[in-house]
Amino acid sequence: MGLIPFTLLVALTSLIAGLLGALTGLGGGVVIVPVLALLFHVDIRYAIGASLVSVIATSSGAAAAYVREGFSNVRIGMFLEVATTLGALVGAYLTAKVSTHAIAIVFGVVLLYSAWSSFSEKPSRRSRKPSQLAIKLKLNGDYPAAEGPADYVAERVPAGFGIMVLAGILSGLLGIGSGAVKVLAMDQAMGLPFKVSTTTSNFMIGVTAAASAGVYLARGYIAPGLAAPVMLGVLLGSLAGSRMLVKIRVSVLRLAFAVIIVALGIEMIFSGATGRL
Amino acid sequence: MSSDVDQKMDIAIGHMLRVGVTIAACVVFVGWIFYLVGAHGIAPDYRQFHGTPIYLAHPSAIFHGIGSLDSRSIIGLGILLLIATPVARVIFCIVSFAFQKDRLYVLVSTTVLAILVYCLFFRT
Repeated sequence: MGLIPFTLLVALTSLIAGLLGALTGLGGGVVIVPVLALLFHVDIRYAIGASLVSVIATSSGAAAAYVREGFSNVRIGMFLEVATTLGALVGAYLTAKVSTHAIAIVFGVVLLYSAWSSFSEKPSRRSRKPSQLAIKLKLNGDYPAAEGPADYVAERVPAGFGIMVLAGILSGLLGIGSGAVKVLAMDQAMGLPFKVSTTTSNFMIGVTAAASAGVYLARGYIAPGLAAPVMLGVLLGSLAGSRMLVKIRVSVLRLAFAVIIVALGIEMIFSGATGRL
Repeated sequence: MSSDVDQKMDIAIGHMLRVGVTIAACVVFVGWIFYLVGAHGIAPDYRQFHGTPIYLAHPSAIFHGIGSLDSRSIIGLGILLLIATPVARVIFCIVSFAFQKDRLYVLVSTTVLAILVYCLFFRT
């Protein structure tokens, strides 16, 4: 394929992925890698490198909009970033040790999990037993609820921290934000309010990805000619998507996007298992 | 703890991140245009992994390439600026926690910064 059509197609695809990712809350990065690998036949390591760059861009680009709402918690985010950056370092290290087939299979499983978790928003499990550890670590706060500021304190801190290490490993291994796993740790394990979990998760994604990015750069995973259209496309798409959010009925779109993600997930597992990726 | 101070800090950080991303995206865009104009025809073969040239692997090498207006070095600079935005956020938090005399969180943020610096400069 000619360079100009190739690069424009990649940019357009990234734009759509960023748009759908922001509109559905599933994130655009998660479909970029399978689309580049399966449709454009890009080596999965280049795909992961380009995707990671776009993940940093969307996280930092959306931060201003998220913090204005007043839900994100800097201390909880920073505390858990110790876990995610350590995990990211391990994950980025693993990309060189693990075969691309295995990466493709793990990626497929994560895609299926992301799609599934977006339809199972269980109410936060709150045992109302704030741990002493959480209070010592100041893992508490309040957020603007309908009836005024509502207080919360984190629970099960070690479990949350452990799941965050896993989120970091997946992020570093797959070049994604792994927002779904981060929300799992904060919402389900630590019993934080859902809005606090999602906004703090977005805040953490950029820092986690920056940790992997250094390792990726040194390994040569970030190909400039590919990373540029992916980053610009996903960034513009997600910024546009976050502005359209209020005007569009999301439920149908989310179902459609989840179907795409499931299809890509199955294809990734199949391709990885048969050695095509 | 004062969540009001936290909130103001959050908003300041949010704006800083947005400015950083905007600058980074502009640099990447300029480099991308140079790349498209200067390239000859066929898309590079991304099917086979052969790593990117070593001159992108280290910041000093990227700066060297900027001097000769190498398009890939310009994109590389944009990506470095982009990576710098979350790192700047962590530094900003350290300063802010220090102002609030929150020793515990100065320590926590410094740990995160140390891991980031390790990944960026002492990577294996």
